[in-house]
Amino acid sequence: MAASRETVEARARILRAVRAWFEAQGFLEVETPARVRSPGQEVHLDAVPSGSGHWLITSPEYHMKRLVAAGLPRIVQIGKCWRANESGPHHLGEFTMIEWYRAHERLEALADDCEALLRVAATAAGRDPGALGLAAPVARTTVRDLWARHVGGELTGSEDATALRAMATAAGVAVGSATEWDDIFFQAFLDRIEPQLAAAGPTFVFDWPAPLGALARAKPHDPRVVERFELYAGGLELANAFGELTDPVEQRRRFEEEARTRRIRGKEVYPIDEALLAALPKMPPTAGIALGFDRLVMLILGAGNIGDVVAFGERAGE
Amino acid sequence: MYDTSDIRKGLKIMIDGSPYTIVEFQFVKPGKGAAFTRTKMKNLLTGAVLERNLRSGDKLEPADVESKKMQYLYADADSYIFMDTTTYDQVNIPKPTVGDSADYMPENINVDVLFFNARAVDVALPNFIEQQVIEADPGFRGDTATGATKPVKISTGASINVPLFISVGDVIKIDTRTGQYVERVGRA
Repeated sequence: MAASRETVEARARILRAVRAWFEAQGFLEVETPARVRSPGQEVHLDAVPSGSGHWLITSPEYHMKRLVAAGLPRIVQIGKCWRANESGPHHLGEFTMIEWYRAHERLEALADDCEALLRVAATAAGRDPGALGLAAPVARTTVRDLWARHVGGELTGSEDATALRAMATAAGVAVGSATEWDDIFFQAFLDRIEPQLAAAGPTFVFDWPAPLGALARAKPHDPRVVERFELYAGGLELANAFGELTDPVEQRRRFEEEARTRRIRGKEVYPIDEALLAALPKMPPTAGIALGFDRLVMLILGAGNIGDVVAFGERAGE
Repeated sequence: MYDTSDIRKGLKIMIDGSPYTIVEFQFVKPGKGAAFTRTKMKNLLTGAVLERNLRSGDKLEPADVESKKMQYLYADADSYIFMDTTTYDQVNIPKPTVGDSADYMPENINVDVLFFNARAVDVALPNFIEQQVIEADPGFRGDTATGATKPVKISTGASINVPLFISVGDVIKIDTRTGQYVERVGRA
């Protein structure tokens, strides 16, 4: 057993408190299929095959959005997800995700949820929320601001990959062979920005550049960025939230683009989720978020390796 | 060429024209982006430590290094003298190249010497050595509050913290990577 008995007990207390908090906020706990025909299409995610044209989910988002579209405005799911080829101090091939949606609400409401959840989880485990940097409201910043401060230059989100590469190189980032927009961005992000975030207290990073949009919608007043935030705390990437894209035409375009990229890179191409595209027109404006539960436990208990907070977790990648 | 999936501790690669050995590595995957390997490596020529985030798929040039089994013979003023155990050739390796490893390098020990462009750049000791204690203070009572250890001296001159029951003449096993006492293996 990887986790100690005390850790398994603390994890159970945190889970119970998190469930109670969602119930008190009026969320309906749902269960959606773990074994699907259309797993997440994102270029950098690989699903675990599960036989006869099925894969295990990398995230429950597609089915949960269909529930929102079907008229359930406030839902949460706490369940397992699986990702192939991910193993390290912060990654397990099988992990527990908390995913929730708020229809008719803004992205900021999810950031407020995260703050409340961190405090609830710390208290449940007998930890002082203040010691985790939660005494004051959690800092909120933007990707552009972090880029300007720690890389240098103005990141608009409308520059092409060549311009981005030139800007990163001028700032001294060793971009190597990277030619794709996201690869250049993340090289600079990991080299320059992430170490700063790891050293800072908990931070919400808002307004991601449009090329990193995934399933987020463009910001109405500045379409060069999307409605997306990530929560960083204690050197962990804890949560990712979107103002959900509900335009089926734009969503189909992005799915097809991702499928094309997967094909070019020799990756498995998954069938496009037509049921999701068919449901999107009925989906109200919605904010949705995924938070890694194992990492939440790591943060609260001060664990350095994700394998140490899971009863049968493996320590890998060291 | 190597790629990031080949990265492991001790892998020797070229970065900006210099040979490096991987010291530490970690899988990372930022914000829905590609996987990277956060890598800490040591320059085999200067000992300088470099951190690089290598993107999954990045190609890495292998460093053209050669490892030879050699025996450590003796030290002179500024170098250690080793003998190739197959050819009996002797080579002088400057003391700074060996560095702190010398603490756990008694005479006649067999080591792996790493060469880059025919120049010795690193000396790898066995993970464990067994050495006789040559000096210990019999009256040393130790600090009983913190696990009760005392310092003793071995033939290389290095000081090792050992449990209180160890005395002069005991042969002890030492982990050369940490310098820590492992166990008593007998008396000479």
